[in-house]
Amino acid sequence: MGKPKFAFYWCASCGGCEETVLDLNEKILEVVDKVDIVFWPVALDFKRKDIEVMKEGEIDVAFINGAIRTSEQEEMAKLLREKAKLVVAFGACAQLGGIPGLANFWVRSDIFDRIYKKVPTVANPEGVVPQQVVEMDGYKLTLPEFYDTVKTLDQTIPVDYYLPGCPPPPDLIMNAIETILKGELPEKGTVLAPDKALCDTCPRNETKPEKLSIKDIKRPHEVIIDPEKCFLAQGIICLGPVTRSGCGERCINANMPCRGCMGPTSEVRDQGAKAVSFIASILGVEDEEKLSEEEVQKLIDKIVDPAGTFYRFSLPASLLRRRRK
Amino acid sequence: MEGFEPKIVAFCCKWCSYAAADLAGTSRLKIKPNFVVIRTMCSSRVDPEFILQAFLNGADGVLVAGCHPGDCHYVNGNYKTLRRVMLLKKVLEQLGIDPRRLRLEWIAASESRKFVVTIRKFVDELKQLGPLRLEAGDDNGSNG
Repeated sequence: MGKPKFAFYWCASCGGCEETVLDLNEKILEVVDKVDIVFWPVALDFKRKDIEVMKEGEIDVAFINGAIRTSEQEEMAKLLREKAKLVVAFGACAQLGGIPGLANFWVRSDIFDRIYKKVPTVANPEGVVPQQVVEMDGYKLTLPEFYDTVKTLDQTIPVDYYLPGCPPPPDLIMNAIETILKGELPEKGTVLAPDKALCDTCPRNETKPEKLSIKDIKRPHEVIIDPEKCFLAQGIICLGPVTRSGCGERCINANMPCRGCMGPTSEVRDQGAKAVSFIASILGVEDEEKLSEEEVQKLIDKIVDPAGTFYRFSLPASLLRRRRK
Repeated sequence: MEGFEPKIVAFCCKWCSYAAADLAGTSRLKIKPNFVVIRTMCSSRVDPEFILQAFLNGADGVLVAGCHPGDCHYVNGNYKTLRRVMLLKKVLEQLGIDPRRLRLEWIAASESRKFVVTIRKFVDELKQLGPLRLEAGDDNGSNG
């Protein structure tokens, strides 16, 4: 029996997930030693046809990163699903929709309008926008369809495991690869990361007061952030309480609050709704009996773009999935 | 919206609003039949997820009803409810759902009439707004 066959693919994402594979550093040599990489468009010259000729299940694991927003990505995801025994949704975009999923606050026509016509640095006097089919000099040119709605990978194909994060941290990737190679896989559908909230492992947890109360919401650029103290205690929105740990507290250590890229823990269905719940419960809690409804409204209104903040990485995976028309 | 009868999910706290709804029944007050009551121990037990789920499962409007401020059986649960509902309304608006579809009312155990009037006003308002028509998995898109 030959080495297990791995495939990597990139859908709607920034490319950070591809780079994080390289963040395995010298360990990547161990991986390459143990597996055959049969498809990895960003690094190796294999083509779609090389996959098409494979038998069903010939690939052992396909790691797919990125959300699904075009017909091409959907086709590739389906093709890889057909050829792979296991599919791992790699990174926040594949798992939850991620940053590209914020496009679900709009529809395609708004996005095209903005990107191709209204952005100040765009000069497009004829108002040309991408077409799916264009005839030119007797040739027919085609582009994939750009969907109205960004979907997660598991809204497109069945997914076996999830590696969360933006991008997934190298230790979790290595752990996942080792688990797969040993064949000690957990139940299908498992997120291959710890299942506790980030606050649990946060180095600032000690500084969290017994009773958290936010008197006033501050945005990170408005204040000088204390590098030791719990962000929430400083009035800065941090999604630690509703976000899975395992990220290595990279943002916290860089003195930035958690934005939720690891997604919710397995107990939570809708990360944004949970964020609404916890922020609202500690906002102005100290004087809650004295505040008038107008004063409460003022406090709430200090949260700029609550939906974008709370669903920053998870709008397509949320209960509502997108803005309704 | 001719002939449209809105569906309301009413989350009522056990100690005040549910008792008010109960009293409306035993007092034989006439009430619009457009709602189903879900009893919770406290209005602050109503997770924003429940409200979104209610909309997804076909509710045109969601009522959250609790004790008057200061009267919460658990001392201060309803203050949290107030802030959650206010914040969720903003989120709903950003997601294209009219925030008037989510209503918060303080209804004491003795205020059976207020319960009746609240439902009547909410039904009227939802008739103006029309059906919500959110179905689980409906993504308004052309995918798949």
